[in-house]
Amino acid sequence: MPSPAVTRSEYDMSVVRGFAISALVWGVVGMTVGLLAAVQLAAPAFNLSPYLSFGRIRPLHTNAVIFGFTLGTVFASSYYGVQRLCRVRMFSDTLSRINLWGWNAVIVAAAVSLLLGKSTSKEYAELEWPIDIAITVVWVVYAINFFGTIARRREKGMYVAIWFWIATILSIALLHIFNSLERPVSWMKSYSIYAGLYDANIQWWYGHNAVGFLLTTPILGMMYYFLPKQAGRPIFSHRLSIVHFWSLIFLYMWAGPHHLIYSPLPDWTQTLATGFSVMLILPSWGGMLNGLLTLRGAWDKLRTDPILKLFAVGITFYGMSTFEGPMMAVKTVNSLSHFTNWTIGHVHSGALGWVALTCFGALYYMIPRLWHTQLYSQRLAELHFWIATLGLVTYVTSMWVSGITQGLMWRAVNPDGSLAYTFIESVAAIHIYDWIRAAGGVLFLSGALLMFYNVVMTIRQGSAGVPEGLPAGAVPVAGGR
Amino acid sequence: MAWNWHRPLEAKGVTFTVLTLLTILVGGLVELVPPYFLQGTIDPIDGVKPYTALELEGRDLYIREGCNNCHSQMIRPFKAETDRYGPFTMPGEGIYDRPFLYGSRRTGPDLSRVGGKYPDSWHWIHFRNPREIEPRSIMPPYAFMMESPLDLSLTKKKLEVLHDLGHDYDEAQIQNAAEDARAQAERVAASLRKDGKALSDAEAHSETIALIAYIQRLGTDIRWREAAAGAGGGLGR
Repeated sequence: MPSPAVTRSEYDMSVVRGFAISALVWGVVGMTVGLLAAVQLAAPAFNLSPYLSFGRIRPLHTNAVIFGFTLGTVFASSYYGVQRLCRVRMFSDTLSRINLWGWNAVIVAAAVSLLLGKSTSKEYAELEWPIDIAITVVWVVYAINFFGTIARRREKGMYVAIWFWIATILSIALLHIFNSLERPVSWMKSYSIYAGLYDANIQWWYGHNAVGFLLTTPILGMMYYFLPKQAGRPIFSHRLSIVHFWSLIFLYMWAGPHHLIYSPLPDWTQTLATGFSVMLILPSWGGMLNGLLTLRGAWDKLRTDPILKLFAVGITFYGMSTFEGPMMAVKTVNSLSHFTNWTIGHVHSGALGWVALTCFGALYYMIPRLWHTQLYSQRLAELHFWIATLGLVTYVTSMWVSGITQGLMWRAVNPDGSLAYTFIESVAAIHIYDWIRAAGGVLFLSGALLMFYNVVMTIRQGSAGVPEGLPAGAVPVAGGR
Repeated sequence: MAWNWHRPLEAKGVTFTVLTLLTILVGGLVELVPPYFLQGTIDPIDGVKPYTALELEGRDLYIREGCNNCHSQMIRPFKAETDRYGPFTMPGEGIYDRPFLYGSRRTGPDLSRVGGKYPDSWHWIHFRNPREIEPRSIMPPYAFMMESPLDLSLTKKKLEVLHDLGHDYDEAQIQNAAEDARAQAERVAASLRKDGKALSDAEAHSETIALIAYIQRLGTDIRWREAAAGAGGGLGR
C-alpha cells in the first residue's frame, strides 16, 4: 500500500546544493591542475619548484578530481536520490552538515598538505594519517546518515541505485581503513605498517577497488537514478540489474593484483587477478547494456537533450574502458602496456569519458531543480558536451599511441640482441603526444569552465527556496527544451 | 519480467547490506590473507639491510618530492628490462621499504638498481638541472634542495618507529641516528669535493646530500654490479 506522499519541500536539498557547488569548484581546480601537470610533462620549465613541481602536482590533481569533484558529485546525487527513493527526509540534517563541511575541509587539507610535500606516496591514498582519520570520521557520518534514511524509508523496496550506493559505502570504508594503517612519526609523517611487496599488494587491492567502488558503483547509481528520469523510460531489465550488481561487487575485489603483474607477488595471485579481470567484462557490460537499452524508444531525444548525450557517451566509454581494462590485465598485453602512457590513456577513458561525463549529466539534471529554475543555456550545455567529447578523445588516443610507442621502444632489440633504444630516446619519441594530450586537456577544461559559467547563471536566476505563490509540491520542472 | 525471488531482499535493508558486505569481502580475503603467511613473499634475503639514518632521510625526501610518480622501482623478469636496469626485483628485497615504491609509470627510468651506476657528482649536477646532463630530459630541477638544510630532528624517532615495526636497528644506531647521518653526509660531501665540486657549508649539509645517499644505496644490497663486471658484462643503459 502506498505511503502518504511527501512533498518535495520536505526533503533536505541544502546539502545537495552544497555538494553540487563544491564538486564543480573542485572539478575546475582539479582539471586546471591536471592541465598544468600535462604541460609540465611537455615543457619542464613549467615546474615551479618546490610547491608546483610535477611530483607534488600530480597527486593534487588526482585527489582533487577523485575526492573533490567525483566524490562531491556522488554525495550530491546520493543525497538527492536516496530521499526521493525512500520518500523521507535525510536521517539527520546535522550529520548532513558535518558531511558537507567536513568533507570539504578534508579536501582543503589535502590540497595544502600535498603542495607542502606531506605525502605517504601510495597512489590515491597519499594523505597523511590525521587526514586519513578525518576521512574515516566523515565517511562514518555519511554511512550513519545514509543507512538511517534507508531504515526510516516510506517505500518498501530499495531501488537499484540504492544498492550501488550501499556497496560504495561499505567497500570504501573497508579499503580506506586497511590501506591507510600506518605508524605516526610526527603529526604529518608516518610509516606504513606493511612493507615492500605486501604493502604493494594491499595498496593495489585499494587502488583497483577505489576505481571499482568510487569511480564505478556510485556512478552506476547515478546512471540508474538519473537516466530513466531524463529519458522518461524505465530501466531496461530488473533481472539484468540484479545479476550485474551482485557479480560486479563480487568480482571486483579479486582483481587488484593485475596492477602487479610480473612483480614478485606470488604467481597464483596474479593469475587469479587476470582471470577475474577478464570475467569482469560481463557485469560491466551488463551495466552498460542496461543503461544503453534503457534509451530504447528515447533515442530521438538525444538530438536535443545535452544531458542524455552526456549519459549515452558516458555509458559508451564505460563499455570501452571496461573492455580495455581486462585486456590490459592479460599478461601478454600487460607486459607491453605496464609503466607506459597506455595506462594513463586507459584511466582517462574511464575517468573523463565515463565518470566525468556522467557527473556532468547528473549535475546538469540536479542544479536547475535545486534552484527551482530552468538551465540558463541549453546551447552552452550542448557546446560543453561536444568540447568535452572532442577533448577526451584527443587525450585518450594520444596516450594510446604514446604508450604503445614507449612499450615497443623499451623492448626493441638489435639483431645482436642488444637494446635498440636508450631510455631518453623513448622520452623524446613521445614528446609530441604530451603536447597533444595537453591540447585535449585544454578542451576538456574549457568545457568544464563553460559549465561553471552556465551553472552560476542558472543559480543567479533561480532561488534556493520554493518560489512564492507556488504550492510546496508544485515545483516547476526544469531541464526542458 | 522481474525476478520475484529477489524482491523480498530489496525490502530488507539490513539483510541486503550484510549480504553485500559478505560478497565484497571474499575476493580481498583470498588475495590478501594467504600471501601474508606464504614463504618467500616477505622473507629476508642475505645482504638486505635496513637503510642507514641518512639514506632513510633521503628516501623520505624522495617520497616528499613525489619521485615515485615518474620513476618505478620494480624490474620485471624480461630480457629487455634486466639488460637495461639489472636483475629483476625479488620478493625479500622490499622488507625495509615502508611504503613500497614500485611506482606505476615510467616517465623516467626505473631506479631500483641505479645505485653505483653514476658517481655522486653526476647526481649533484643532475639534481641541480637534469638538462645539464641530458638536454632531452623532462625531469624537474631540484636546485632548491641544495639550499634547504637537511632536517635531522626526527631521524631518531623514525628509527625508533621502524625498530618497533621490526627493522633490525640496534640501540646504538637509534641513539646515534643524527650523528651517524651527519657522518655519512660528510663522506658524500667529501666524494663530491674530490670530484671538483666546491661545496659551500650549506650545500654540504643540504637535503640533496641525503637524496644522493639514498639513490646510491638503491639495489646495492645485491652485489650484482660486481658480479656482472667480473663476468665481463656491460649491464645497464
